[in-house]
Amino acid sequence: MADDATIDEICVTAIADSFRGDGEILCNPIGNIPVIAGRLAKATFEPAMVMTDTVSVLAANTIPIGEPNAEKLVEAWMPYRDLFDIVWSGRRHIVMGASQIDPHGNQNFAAIGDWKKPKAQLLGLRGAPGNLVNNTTSYWIPNHSTRSFVQKVDIVSGPGYDRISQLSNEIQQNHEIRKIVSNLGVFNFLNSEKRMQLVSNHPDVTIDEIVTSTGFELLIPDGIEETRIPTKEELKLIREVIDPHGLRKSEFVKK
Amino acid sequence: MGCFSVEVVIDKKMTETEVIEELSDGMTIGIGGWGSRRKPMSLVRAIARSNLKDLTIVSYGGPEVGLLCATGKIRKAIYGFVSLDSIPLEPHFRNAKQEGTIETSELDEGAFYLGLLAAAHRMPFYPTRAGLGSDMLMMNPEIKTIESPYKSSDGEKGEELVAIPALNLDVSLIHMNRADSQGNGQFLGPDLYFDDLFAKAAKRTFMSCEKIIPTEDFLKEGSVHTLKIPRLFVNGVIEAPRGAHFTECPPDYDRDEVFQSEYAASAKDLQSWENFEQKYLEVTSHQEYLKAVDSRTQIEESQNG
Repeated sequence: MADDATIDEICVTAIADSFRGDGEILCNPIGNIPVIAGRLAKATFEPAMVMTDTVSVLAANTIPIGEPNAEKLVEAWMPYRDLFDIVWSGRRHIVMGASQIDPHGNQNFAAIGDWKKPKAQLLGLRGAPGNLVNNTTSYWIPNHSTRSFVQKVDIVSGPGYDRISQLSNEIQQNHEIRKIVSNLGVFNFLNSEKRMQLVSNHPDVTIDEIVTSTGFELLIPDGIEETRIPTKEELKLIREVIDPHGLRKSEFVKK
Repeated sequence: MGCFSVEVVIDKKMTETEVIEELSDGMTIGIGGWGSRRKPMSLVRAIARSNLKDLTIVSYGGPEVGLLCATGKIRKAIYGFVSLDSIPLEPHFRNAKQEGTIETSELDEGAFYLGLLAAAHRMPFYPTRAGLGSDMLMMNPEIKTIESPYKSSDGEKGEELVAIPALNLDVSLIHMNRADSQGNGQFLGPDLYFDDLFAKAAKRTFMSCEKIIPTEDFLKEGSVHTLKIPRLFVNGVIEAPRGAHFTECPPDYDRDEVFQSEYAASAKDLQSWENFEQKYLEVTSHQEYLKAVDSRTQIEESQNG
């Protein structure tokens, strides 16, 4: 155990843990902290996963982030067209962001307000509609508040369990929101209602703080434990190998 | 070499100005590349300078969408996203959306690909699950769903699928690293993106390139796998060195991030935009544009030096 782990590093291992058991699939995290987490999982407990260099190849080695000229052990060419083939094959676990998420896991990063003339235009639907009906998805939300964890999202980019339950068996089989990691805690939908529940609160974050920062009723099972802290080996990999420039710090939003 | 004696009977060389003469108001124009990567910017700037209007722009959007929004050329944008990559949301596009000045059809990124593929294959649609459950169908009420004619895994009826309509294009504009004057195109970077489909989905395609070379030199530049744009899908070839500036065009050049930041800052207010427009768009040709870009770099260098 490494007691000097910081919150950004705890979030990294929490996201990395979402890939446990995934095996030989495309690990496809978006954003610095998720990419560090994916590379950490691959370098430790999920060595069979394949990962992109975030440009156009699958690289077998552990590439440091923020170093575009780092050496790559290329194992396949992965232009965008082939990436869509992998999405549709289902052999993929993506980690995306969310500007809003609701109790059923409906995610919005498209726009705030009326989509035709939004108050704030965000990224758009991007690949979220296709991702959710084809492969496993997790979310990284670095600014947990009643503005991001909302009762109802303005636009559904990535559909949650209530909407998916209305669709075909094929889609229901493909759809899984594995985990949500925020700067406050870890969440999933592993209950009969498929509603968002607390899995763990990060060290130094109380359950009360999570409840008051969430804009809907969160399920809180008994016996919640704190999110684990990274091992010494994980911290060494994060700090010295995967993110030597500390880019994880700049992405992390202080609570 | 000298083992082949090919008589060149076809010459499709054109200028940006000649391409503009082939375009008309209200056209649906596909633009290749992806985000801020290998965009046919010399042609886009020529459209921005022209009198064309009411265009429908179809692309994996980057600065071409923002630039044509800011110059009032776009009636409708059809896209998988509009991004500058290092700047996740195109700022001029953001303005246009928030001010409600353009109509949009926003598709899932993969669904957009299927629309291009359907057009390239002359199919009315291609089916997909992408869009079911999300608000994509609410935002695009013209997109219908169909029932699969094949029984579903639960043995009852066929599953519901989204029928992504063909993205039929009047014209496509793409930018390649190399081309010959007959219209064969070569990409030398890490990704073709969907440029071959843009060419096939359009009635006519105009292709700019970094350099026109003799056909016999293609295989000196890259492997046979880089020759993905055959001339039967290309109507005009425009030699435009640094024609993708400020977007990236590897291995010829990277994105000009400093210039891109300047472009993005021009979305701040009208005065900033007018300054940008005067400096970089109110020029007579691509060559004059490059001079304006380079004089700026030289000023910076002399200031830094």
